Amino acid sequence: MATTLADDLRPLHHPHSWVTRYVWSQDHKVIAIQYSVTAISIGLVALTLSALMRLQLGFPGVFPAIQPDNYLQFVSMHGMIMVVYLLTALLLGGFGNYLIPLMIGARDMVFPFVNMLSFWFYLLSVIVLVVGFFVPGGPTGAGWTLYPPQAISEGTPGHQWGIATMLVSLAIFVVAFTMGGLNYVTTVLQARTRGMTLMRMPLSVWGIFTASVMGLLAFPALFVAAIMMLFDHFAGTSFFMPMMQSMGRVTPTEGGSPLLFQHLFWFFGHPEVYIVALPAFGIVSDLISVHARRNIFGYRMMVWAITIIGALSFLVWAHHMYVSGMNPYFGFFFATSTLIIAIPTAIKVYNWLLTLWRGDIHLRVPMLFAIAFIFTFIHGGLSGLFLGNVSVDVPLSDTFFVVAHFHMVMGVSPVLVIFGAIYHWYPKITGRMWNETLGKLHFWITFLGAYAIFLPMHYLGILGVPRRYYALGETGFIPESVHLANEWISIAALIVFAGQSLFFVNMIWSLFKGPRADPNPWGAASLEWLTPQTPPAHGNWGAKLPVVYRWAYDYSVPGAPRDFIPQTEPRA
Amino acid sequence: MPIAVAITVLVVASVAFHLFSPWWRTPIASNWGSIDSALDVTLWICAAAFILLNLFMAWALVRYRHRPGHRAHYEPENASLEKRLTVWTAIGIAGMLAPGLAAWGKYVSVPKEAALVEAVGQQWNWSFRYPGPDGVLGAASVKYITPDNQLGLDPLDPFGRDDLLVESGDLHLPVGKPVKVVLRSKDVLHDFYVPEFRAKMDLVPGIVTYFWLTPTRTGTFDILCAELCGTGHHEMRGKVVIEPPKDFAKWQSEQTSFSQILAEAPPAAMSILLLKANACTVPASWSNR
Amino acid sequence: MTLLARLTEKSWEGPAPLDIRDRPSAGAVGLVTYFAVALVMFSLLIAAYLMRMGLHSAMGHASDDWTPMPDPPLLWVNSTILLLSSAAWERARRSVGGQATHWAMIGAMLGLAFLCGQLLLWRHYAQGGYYLGANPANAFFYLLTALHGCHIAGGLAATARAFALQSLRAIGLCALYWHFLLALWIILAALLLST
Ligand code: HEM
Ligand SMILES: [Cu+2]
Ligand SMILES: [Cu+2]
Repeated sequence: MATTLADDLRPLHHPHSWVTRYVWSQDHKVIAIQYSVTAISIGLVALTLSALMRLQLGFPGVFPAIQPDNYLQFVSMHGMIMVVYLLTALLLGGFGNYLIPLMIGARDMVFPFVNMLSFWFYLLSVIVLVVGFFVPGGPTGAGWTLYPPQAISEGTPGHQWGIATMLVSLAIFVVAFTMGGLNYVTTVLQARTRGMTLMRMPLSVWGIFTASVMGLLAFPALFVAAIMMLFDHFAGTSFFMPMMQSMGRVTPTEGGSPLLFQHLFWFFGHPEVYIVALPAFGIVSDLISVHARRNIFGYRMMVWAITIIGALSFLVWAHHMYVSGMNPYFGFFFATSTLIIAIPTAIKVYNWLLTLWRGDIHLRVPMLFAIAFIFTFIHGGLSGLFLGNVSVDVPLSDTFFVVAHFHMVMGVSPVLVIFGAIYHWYPKITGRMWNETLGKLHFWITFLGAYAIFLPMHYLGILGVPRRYYALGETGFIPESVHLANEWISIAALIVFAGQSLFFVNMIWSLFKGPRADPNPWGAASLEWLTPQTPPAHGNWGAKLPVVYRWAYDYSVPGAPRDFIPQTEPRA
Repeated sequence: MPIAVAITVLVVASVAFHLFSPWWRTPIASNWGSIDSALDVTLWICAAAFILLNLFMAWALVRYRHRPGHRAHYEPENASLEKRLTVWTAIGIAGMLAPGLAAWGKYVSVPKEAALVEAVGQQWNWSFRYPGPDGVLGAASVKYITPDNQLGLDPLDPFGRDDLLVESGDLHLPVGKPVKVVLRSKDVLHDFYVPEFRAKMDLVPGIVTYFWLTPTRTGTFDILCAELCGTGHHEMRGKVVIEPPKDFAKWQSEQTSFSQILAEAPPAAMSILLLKANACTVPASWSNR
Repeated sequence: MTLLARLTEKSWEGPAPLDIRDRPSAGAVGLVTYFAVALVMFSLLIAAYLMRMGLHSAMGHASDDWTPMPDPPLLWVNSTILLLSSAAWERARRSVGGQATHWAMIGAMLGLAFLCGQLLLWRHYAQGGYYLGANPANAFFYLLTALHGCHIAGGLAATARAFALQSLRAIGLCALYWHFLLALWIILAALLLST
């Protein structure tokens, strides 16, 4: 068992062969890359599904191969993969794994073996998920919310096997996440190097740490719900299944409560939004600070805001259930708690803007993504106030307004941060630099394209166009212009879809042909840029652990010779 | 620099889009104007924040762009500025929450004089039931369902006998009269959604849910399902006809009651029906009295 | 330093304390964090249990599909075994050298006995016709005991590893884990007995 600063006592698990180095690796950096590659690969599946959905919505009837069942399956798998298997896995398993030990000055995670297991369980969950595409009946089409009774009743695609693989895969994912999360939390608490007090940690670490704690406390709800639904499905229990007449047959179940599932799901589902958002908040704070050459404004407030958001987000889950048929008086409480969360969130936005203010802004590619994030996040955060404000949610719930809102706030925004973060740390991870022109082109297509996709959707939602509709058909209140809008949106989506190839070309080409990168190309002050080797070797720090003398944001300090002071530089 | 221009252009374009795009709320046909005004208040506050914050960002990007010799200002925090911003935000939030909660307060309190009507959802269509002259909906449950009793009324409940059943037709409502819409599902979750009414509510199998409204405008509107309910979700349509009370009364007098259906049912069907009613010693049933 | 003092540190100012050596072991912190996870999971199940149980009356339904299970004596026997197991682990934690492994072995064996007892309990109920699908009370009973049993089984696996590593610290952690499972079991048993 590793203790705190016992860097010299602890035997690192040293790899002996290619297989132990790159496959059964216990090095947090290798595991991070394994996580990221797996997450991005499955994310590409989800992206392809979104393109297929947009083909159907933009050009209904042109693609007879897409039937209503297929559409619902695409929606469900797209949503679930994006939220859980891409974003959660990439931000925590990928960035969390890579950044935590490097940023706090540790040699590795405190439980490297468990960390490795975490990845292999995650891979298993992805495999089970993919198997779902090939079982009889195809994957589940119950929406990413998997609401019973429809999820396991006739009339929903994949109600036999697709839902079973989905639930099993989720249960495995939760196990994988728990192993990872315990590692991230314990590492942050236990393995900080000398001088690295809690308030000297970069905000990336704070965001990932808080998100991990939240994940540990929220995922059990999903786990329990998945297990209970599997029981209902295969063992004839009725936790969630009421007496009902499914396709003309009365079911043997009785008395179960569909609302019970919804409560469990959203007890997980709402914190999940912040599990994705908080790491992005943290990372983007660091990107902004480094590239604006200015300390993050109001660091303490930023830390407190992160933790307050994390805590409050366990008290708002039923804002997804205003019109679910639960006791309507809950609405008062949940609307109030939801809107209160907006305050710390707004403070974060102000502090990002105030960091730019009086800065020395270098508009490099990572910074462009960070700025675009601020824009889309303001937009998505504000549209969330509509949905949180109970009565305003009533006409908007389950319309395209909701689709537009959550894509803006937890789709586009975190993805922009992820791109920014990849461009930012790529030189450290690979030792090479990417191509600037390609990077900028990728940025403009992604940012403007995404806004073109999702801005009009808000208005379709206000008009009343419902979500999860295979086709709008002949509907009185929907004018012809809506079909036109759907066509444009789809074209924008296809352009964005195609534009992502620029990113992959850039990354892969640069990996082999990119110019050698400087160890600290952006002049950043935090520890991960100060490793003796680039990319960092196993054990990260060579013979001696770094010692920290200051916070991570000493940029443009008056009187200092350079415009940044590394964390390891002693105070005068 | 292009990014500052882009941000500004996007702000202007968003506002222009809002003003000139043809897509906005459908003309309202119910008393829920308070929901619309809560939305408007929320929109104005949010739009102000959106414009201000983003224009500030664009300005800062230009003003503090990197130039040789330029150096950033070192300032870890500014407690009084942060405090002021927090207070202003809280005021803005309270300003939109208040009308939201006020409208919700009305939404959850059904007026006493509201008439009853029941909408029953199943994969993938709607049926309706009126309480008849006694003003009470009889007990019903999925377990009473037979081919002749599609809505699952309890054949032994006297309150159900005069209920009017509309199994494949439009929902009719009189204009200007408050109505409590009681919702029941035979199979999975659905959601009764008429965009022009603003109000909506899920149908949850096993329990009875409700919402209320007062139709304020005559006309025929689409009923959609707004909770994913399977393959035919997008085709689960119905129509609601809002008409003057006189026309409504005339229409209602043409509908068939449950006792008429019972009277017309062949004896064999009748015995199945009654068998179901007695099948369970303790009937699990919903009643809306 | 208190947590509050740490979280309000103005870290851009003067030197902070360099040395922070008094941290508990990573294993202990990880384990306690896991307790939080398990606690949330079981709390949610208990909340679901109570909600499902009270559902019918809350909805004004005429009937009640919840029929509590009878309490068999084996429940008490098993609980006693688990209690003894925990006590043995505590002895192990406080002993040194061979003594520690000795007591740990007894603790683990009693844990195994508890698991077997639970299996017998299940069989006993199944023979009495209390199947999983027959009633929500049964379903919750099987679900809760199964999840608790999985935790015990996991503990046994960890014990095996602790023996393989010959680590005293690991034995201490196992003991802690056992106490936690005992506490959890007492809560679950109280819930099952009282309803
Ligand atoms: C260019 C990128 C994307 C496009 C074009 C896209 C498109 C869509 C479309 C068309 C739907 C279905 C709307 C409906 O019929 O209800 C959808 C649903 C969804 N998307 Fe995306 N999406 C994209 C990226 C993302 C990302 C990055 C996320 C990550 C959070 C995400 C999360 C979801 C979720 C959670 C749903 C809801 C699924 C459900 O209704 O069950 N999407 N998306
Ligand atoms: Cu939420
Ligand atoms: Cu429906």
